[in-house]
Amino acid sequence: MMLIDCPFCGPRDENEFHYGGQAGIAYPEAPGELSDAEWAEYVFMRDNPRGWFRERWFHGLGCRTWFTVERHTVTHEIRKAP
Amino acid sequence: MSRLPSGGLIDRSVTLPFRFDGRQLHGHPGDTLASALLASGVRVAGHSVNLGRPRGIFTAGPEEPNALVRVGADPMLAATTVELHAGLEAWSLRGKGRLDPGAVDDRRHDKGYLHCEVLVVGGGPAGLAAALAAGESGLRVILVDDQPRLGGDLLGSRVLLDGAPALGWVAAAESRLAALPEVRVLTRTTATGFYDHGYVVAVERRPLGERLWHFRAGRVVLATGAHERSLPFPGNDLPGVMLAAAARTYANRYGVRPGARAVVYACADSGYEAARDLAAAGVEIAAVVDPRPEGLSGALAGRVTGTVAGDDGTLAAVLIADRRVEADLLAVAGGWNPAVHLFSQSQGRLWFDETLRAFVPGEPAQAVSPAGACRGLYGTAQAIEDGYRAGAEAHGRVAGLRVPVSDEEALRPPAAYWGELDPDPTAFVDLQRDVTVADVARATGAGMRSVEHVKRFTTASTGADQGKTSGALVVGVLSELLGAAPGQVGVTTFRPPYTPVSFATLAGRDRGPLSDPARTTAMHGAHVARGAVFEDVGQWKRPWYFPLSGETMREAVRRECEAARTAVAAMDASTLGKIDIRGADAGAFLDRIYTNMYSTLAIGACRYGLMCTADGMVFDDGTTTRLGEHHYLMTTTTGNAAAVLDWLEEWHQTEWPSLDVRFTSVTDHWATVAVAGPLAGRVIAAVAPEAVGLAFMRYTDATVLGVPGRVFRISFSGELAYEVNVPWHHGRALWEAVLDLGAVPYGTETMHVLRAEKGFPIVGQDTDGTVTPQDLGMSWIVSGRKPDFVGKRSHTRPDTSRTDRKRLVGLLTEDPSAFVEEGAQLVADGVMLGHVTSSYPSVPLGRAISLALARNVSPGDRLTAISGDTTIPVRVVSPVFYDPDNHRRDGGPTPQNPPPQAIPPSEITPASPQGVVSSEVTPGSSGGVVSSEATPSSPQGAVPSEVTPVSPQGRVSSEVTPVSPQGRVSSEVTPVSPQGVVSSEVTSGSPGGAVSSEVTPTRPEGTVSSGGGGFPVLRMWAESPAAGFKERFAAVGGGRVRVREVPFVPMWEVRGEEPGKGMRLGPEWWLVAGEVEPGPGWVDVSGQRTVIELTGPGALDVLITGCPIDLHPGVFTGHAQTVLGKAPVILQRYGDLYRIFVRSSYANYLGEWLIDALEG
Repeated sequence: MMLIDCPFCGPRDENEFHYGGQAGIAYPEAPGELSDAEWAEYVFMRDNPRGWFRERWFHGLGCRTWFTVERHTVTHEIRKAP
Repeated sequence: MSRLPSGGLIDRSVTLPFRFDGRQLHGHPGDTLASALLASGVRVAGHSVNLGRPRGIFTAGPEEPNALVRVGADPMLAATTVELHAGLEAWSLRGKGRLDPGAVDDRRHDKGYLHCEVLVVGGGPAGLAAALAAGESGLRVILVDDQPRLGGDLLGSRVLLDGAPALGWVAAAESRLAALPEVRVLTRTTATGFYDHGYVVAVERRPLGERLWHFRAGRVVLATGAHERSLPFPGNDLPGVMLAAAARTYANRYGVRPGARAVVYACADSGYEAARDLAAAGVEIAAVVDPRPEGLSGALAGRVTGTVAGDDGTLAAVLIADRRVEADLLAVAGGWNPAVHLFSQSQGRLWFDETLRAFVPGEPAQAVSPAGACRGLYGTAQAIEDGYRAGAEAHGRVAGLRVPVSDEEALRPPAAYWGELDPDPTAFVDLQRDVTVADVARATGAGMRSVEHVKRFTTASTGADQGKTSGALVVGVLSELLGAAPGQVGVTTFRPPYTPVSFATLAGRDRGPLSDPARTTAMHGAHVARGAVFEDVGQWKRPWYFPLSGETMREAVRRECEAARTAVAAMDASTLGKIDIRGADAGAFLDRIYTNMYSTLAIGACRYGLMCTADGMVFDDGTTTRLGEHHYLMTTTTGNAAAVLDWLEEWHQTEWPSLDVRFTSVTDHWATVAVAGPLAGRVIAAVAPEAVGLAFMRYTDATVLGVPGRVFRISFSGELAYEVNVPWHHGRALWEAVLDLGAVPYGTETMHVLRAEKGFPIVGQDTDGTVTPQDLGMSWIVSGRKPDFVGKRSHTRPDTSRTDRKRLVGLLTEDPSAFVEEGAQLVADGVMLGHVTSSYPSVPLGRAISLALARNVSPGDRLTAISGDTTIPVRVVSPVFYDPDNHRRDGGPTPQNPPPQAIPPSEITPASPQGVVSSEVTPGSSGGVVSSEATPSSPQGAVPSEVTPVSPQGRVSSEVTPVSPQGRVSSEVTPVSPQGVVSSEVTSGSPGGAVSSEVTPTRPEGTVSSGGGGFPVLRMWAESPAAGFKERFAAVGGGRVRVREVPFVPMWEVRGEEPGKGMRLGPEWWLVAGEVEPGPGWVDVSGQRTVIELTGPGALDVLITGCPIDLHPGVFTGHAQTVLGKAPVILQRYGDLYRIFVRSSYANYLGEWLIDALEG
């Protein structure tokens, strides 16, 4: 059970949160202008690094805020996203 | 073997009778089952799992591989960990646990959540020292130890500290800890798991049941000690062979002589300590065998090479090369394994110390400080000094505590020896799994090199003891066989739990009705009283059908369907998700989320919508109504309500934060009754006369039986239908009134039949996350005009625009009496084309109807439906089976003038290429539906001629008579009594918990009646969500905790602008409770939650059994949104008064949970 530091509520147990996957994947400005391959890249493709990973979390059972942290995928160490 | 006349930590003045394998035996307080068995002369404690060899008690702790017993409902425990009590009944096992189906576990297991700055695991010298060093500097400390009393290894030793018995030092440390208010000591508590971020789980054994503790610690000191190990040699498993430290512990701590004549095999110096203490206990020491070249004087240089069993199969003699020494006890000191299990679980690295010949903690991965024997410091004074260091590490100050002087001699390194690599079939490395040296050699002979492979191949270390005594031996033997250093071989991964934990303990109080919260509506009590059969939809309990006496489900559903099609019926639709959406950009936001248009929706109009995920698949559906210029109300499917709110917030917060839009869940605030059927207007005329003239897909605010409510004219059945909403507290009264007016209650099964007859799909039943709107034949709802919406781009991907995708179709069986099961496969010419998603018997059609997802099929095609061994010929038809022209939407013919029967199957129109049957009808869904506006040809978003003429029935009001298709005589109908639940106690809701004196309810009992003749008196009353608990709450808790509901507290959720009062729940989110004047834009959520108040000195003890956040009074001073049990709550504290704001639908669950906590 990881301890995730919610920017509003402070540290809480992982099961108060929903995982939001890789951070920084912006919704394309004009999806209609993208090729099928570019659109598929946005919808389906995500990084899966061994090591530090910028990812989103949602404090669904608390303040209902989305936020971004960095988590080490091997050690589960979590730090503030720069 | 016998009890010594004196000595040890047992109370000989009290005798405890117990039974073992049916034999009546006796022990004393302070005994374990194992020590009492040894004292009673029991040498064979069980038989091994594979070979059936007799085995004796081998250890004195949780590492025991042999003495496994069944005790009561516990299928397998180590006798060395079972505290003796009077009347204990234990049965030996042959290696495997046995579940006794007849065993009754009447213990009350529970959970608990605690936070601390330092958690110390182990109450021996190192752990006590660490707790002192941390605790005396003011830190919050928890010390856990698995034994009934503190002292650890000192309980079984005769070490002197500062010239006095070491237990004196233990007692002094214990009393110093007891004086520290922020130090909590938990004995009989085994830390079993160490997880991420200082999260440690422990099991506390209490007489009434176990407690699973969840600790969150800033730093963890692991003072877990070490386990002695044996060595492999032939016959090393005979009863009578015991670890030397265990033999010493039985003598010193339990006053038991574990043998009459002993050989001590001292591969490590602990053997000499054992020999000394055994001799002091009157055990004759026949020989001390030391394989090390520098053996102490008096010791026999050499190695134990075998054992000899007596007639009873137990140890009779020990072989030392060619010498035979008669003995009934062989005490083996093979060296020590630091108990690094928790350290390794915390992901810390281990390394092999060649001098200690053991794996010891290396680089920690978390804030972990191993101390004492856990890191190979075996001397008592050393351990104490190391404990001080570890305890001080948490605050970075030197502890300034004195290390006592020990009388122990410095320990020399153990023998560099892993035993004989003897192929003898009785030279065991793992006693519990019956794994021998030969087995390990077979594994390496087969080419295995990794210890993980050898473990799996031999099953060594996979027993209940998880190889506590065998793991290092396997590594040692493997290193010899492979010619590699043990450090290169490495150890297998240590995984939780350290000791077995029963499922009952893991479940705690989350059993039976508390295993998963059941969410209930305001009408739940009424449904129960009517004998409804319930169905689980997500966490909700929804009435499935309402059987009358003696009715089968099929009969009940048929009757309910008939009522909805020919008269009037009512359903509790409160569970549909409801989201209040406000803001200047609310319409623009919805345009991006839904496939169709909402920004152009007329105020007061409802529209059915679909939303897709980015991959273009249908995610949810429902109707959304425009309540005002910048104000919408969205409904979602019951199961998806939380997911949809999350979805909206995700897109708003992470993609379009600049849009001015705010979301508030009002699912629990509104209780909803769907009234459907050609005579629905008569019911509406009586309960909400203002809404009678409402046009299809329109909404109005209305006074409902005297209280402000909302009425929507939407239909999920194809019949004239209304959804009437009142705040939660009035839901039950509304429901009773509607039924008093003759509406027949119907459940989810009837709802499903009615919607299936109309071809309306259910998201999650007829869709599965791989279905697009186009696949559902709902292209008409996908706007072509909007530049974008979530999922739009995916609808032109090659895969989603394939022409051979599965699409929603209708099916009829060729044989009208046949019935196709849901899930049946559809096959043509040996090719699987799809599957059946919905299937029901239809009353108007007089036969079964089915919906299916299938590819490459057209109306008229003949397929075979295969389910199990059954094959049924079916024909593809349009999915709209009933009233395709929507004649019934505005009331249709009445029973006096019966409708034409549903379309004869032969005349069901073929579906159009898009699957849309008629140009006017289209499938809709939950709560929602259809509309003349929603045709493939009509421009999306326009609000065309949806204003339909008011149905004639709609105007009837003064002449309303209850319709009663079941022949209920209306004039005699008397209102169902509201069980007398009327609020007479309303509090101000002001902080401080002061209860205002009994005042008039805010929503006074009212009577709405047009009076006259046989018209039933319709009463409106208010019932709070936890009203049913009033007496039970009052009866529990004793003097320490008082629990009560504070009902009818007015509440608003405020987003955006700071209201200047209330609780801040999020960055721009407040809850204001109490009698205040609401500001503009505040959302009334008075029915969304209720308040349950917990007061008294015991309140915190109740809360920590279910609330994972840190509730320490110095930390938790205001409020927090979190969970209690399994219910989301807002918890607010004033001193020892706690207010729990709980969703109304969770009030029943939380009420039961609190009562269960307080009764324990």
